[in-house]
Amino acid sequence: MTTFWILQTLNTLQYAALLFLIAAGLSVSFGLMGFVNLAHGALYMLGAFIGVTLSVQAGFWAALFLAPVTVGAIGLILYLGLLGRVARLGPMPQVLVSFGLVFIATEIVRILWGDVPLSIDIPSALRGRLDMLSVSYPLYRLFVIAIGAVVSLLLWLGVNRTGLGAALRASVENRTMARAIGIDTDRLFLWVFTLGAALAGLGGVVAAPITSASAGMAVSALVPALIVTVIGGMGSISGTAAGALVVAAIEVFGAAIWPAASSVLIYAALAAALIWRPQGLFKGAVSH
Amino acid sequence: MDRRESSQYHRVEDCTKDPLMNRYCIACLLAAVALPAAADTKVGLLLPASGNYAALGQDIEDGFRMAIAESGRSDIEIVEADTEADPQTGLTMARKLVMQDEADVLVGVVSSAVLGAVRNFVHQSQVPLIVANAGNSDATGKDCSAYITRVSFSNDQLNRPMGEWMAAQGISSVYTLAPDYAAGQQMIGAFSAAFEAAGGDIVGGEFTPFGKTEDFGPYLAKAQASGAEALYVFYGGADAISFVRQYDSFGLAEEMPLYSVGFLTAPLYLREQGKAATGVIGALHYLPSLESPENDTFVAAYQAEHPDTLPSEYVVAGYDAGRLLLGALEEGVEGREALANALPNVSYTGPRGPLKIDPATNNIVQNVYVFETVEGDEGMTHKLLDTVEAVQDAPNGCAMP
Repeated sequence: MTTFWILQTLNTLQYAALLFLIAAGLSVSFGLMGFVNLAHGALYMLGAFIGVTLSVQAGFWAALFLAPVTVGAIGLILYLGLLGRVARLGPMPQVLVSFGLVFIATEIVRILWGDVPLSIDIPSALRGRLDMLSVSYPLYRLFVIAIGAVVSLLLWLGVNRTGLGAALRASVENRTMARAIGIDTDRLFLWVFTLGAALAGLGGVVAAPITSASAGMAVSALVPALIVTVIGGMGSISGTAAGALVVAAIEVFGAAIWPAASSVLIYAALAAALIWRPQGLFKGAVSH
Repeated sequence: MDRRESSQYHRVEDCTKDPLMNRYCIACLLAAVALPAAADTKVGLLLPASGNYAALGQDIEDGFRMAIAESGRSDIEIVEADTEADPQTGLTMARKLVMQDEADVLVGVVSSAVLGAVRNFVHQSQVPLIVANAGNSDATGKDCSAYITRVSFSNDQLNRPMGEWMAAQGISSVYTLAPDYAAGQQMIGAFSAAFEAAGGDIVGGEFTPFGKTEDFGPYLAKAQASGAEALYVFYGGADAISFVRQYDSFGLAEEMPLYSVGFLTAPLYLREQGKAATGVIGALHYLPSLESPENDTFVAAYQAEHPDTLPSEYVVAGYDAGRLLLGALEEGVEGREALANALPNVSYTGPRGPLKIDPATNNIVQNVYVFETVEGDEGMTHKLLDTVEAVQDAPNGCAMP
């Protein structure tokens, strides 16, 4: 039976790694600009489909690198052309416009890639399983866990140990004050938004070999990512990582222990978080 | 009143002033006069053209148009309406086709939920409906209607033979997985009942949240821990591809072979599943690799239009819906009532083998093919293991008037 729990723990880590990649960008744009970018799920979906095409043309490793770059560029263009203007208009226009983009992206994906879901072949180096701790676990899923760990470590270092990170933290805490001391918050936000889009794209291309790329991804990824953001607290990398772990653990162990309630448990956790820690797990109790 | 008169005046003036507009107006008038005489039978296609099931809708329409084109008849007019996968939209579109377009017969319905939504309307308005996909067992069971004829399959029809067949192979214990919605529950229910009646043991199973489960890892670990001899599942669409690939990546094939109702490794998904699908055993009412003169002709005709693609079970369902309608029309019937009465009497041997309609339920009686997914010379293909002939559903509460 221990085998079973080790397997489920690994499943939790792997799902948390994916959730982290999707939610990091969402969380930072929430925290930094108060921008509810629902189109983030669409960027994740585009990452998967662009990854499918690139992996056919140039192989998995090229796709793993180029798909996030492409999606980051798409995010940049979207922000400069549309979302940046909407970001100043307040929550309602943000929600409407960014959710509208989800529908547009879904239709474009259906026109370009068709209705049949597509998949990416796992490269030969990552095929097969690794025997460890008395379980045999798919190598590719371990690779996903590793990507999640490396990206979260790099982001954490970037935010907490660099000057740019300090500017970002200051802007999240108090945007007006940050501007007053000479931080160009608009430009900072543009680059953070682009990085967030690229991370969503990375999430998509990494997920595609496991879940396959389908037009439903844009919405199906958005809901858990929003919950991660709310539970973890907006704008904090450690908070997003913790939120991803909590949500993944609830979903995986919920499915294992109490499957009948597994689809509801996550919303119960969300409600609990909103009642007891509306500012999120990793934010100080008084933060304005 | 004044306003309407002035707008009519404008329209007439538009016609006379602009020569192009004039020609257009005359064409419209001619078309309006000519239309009623041009078509004797109007078919309303009730299929999803957008949303999750759009690819299935397209296949059914291709198959239906193929049958009509083969017949060479020009007296059949086809009107399309997009049901999406939404019961409410489905009902609205069924009303539109019947009341506004005055269709003589409806063909289609992909989603079981949409079939549930249009059932009463079809029954009360007495319009014949040829069901070309939705497997909802109730529609030819307790909710059956003289106006509903199904030419695809019922959920019971495919799963019951598989339960009996697996027990006959000496498999004693099974773990089941399916999405948590009506079709998933009906399929697993029918399988489990038949498997247990034949002496097998269902050691456990799970219904996974429908549309919310993309990662089957947690459920596969549970299945593995159950210690069952085999795994029986129903999944379709994106789930079918993800499930098979994830099952393969966990290396379960060595200890727990995968059985399914055959949609799991249907031709539509097989290319994306690749080698991961090797060894999966399923049951379906049609396989493109069936060897019969009827199927050879059918596959060749389909490939003339769609090179490098094999016809799916959806194309066949659309095609057979067309053949059924043509069969009834050849009897010389006219009008909704006469069509509804004639449809269940049609029987023939088509691409999927001999088929007829059971007059007790109006559900199709057909062969069910048990197959294994294997690697062929040109990619993955299906190897026929067994044929369960002329599978007929019990009335399941159906009382035809």
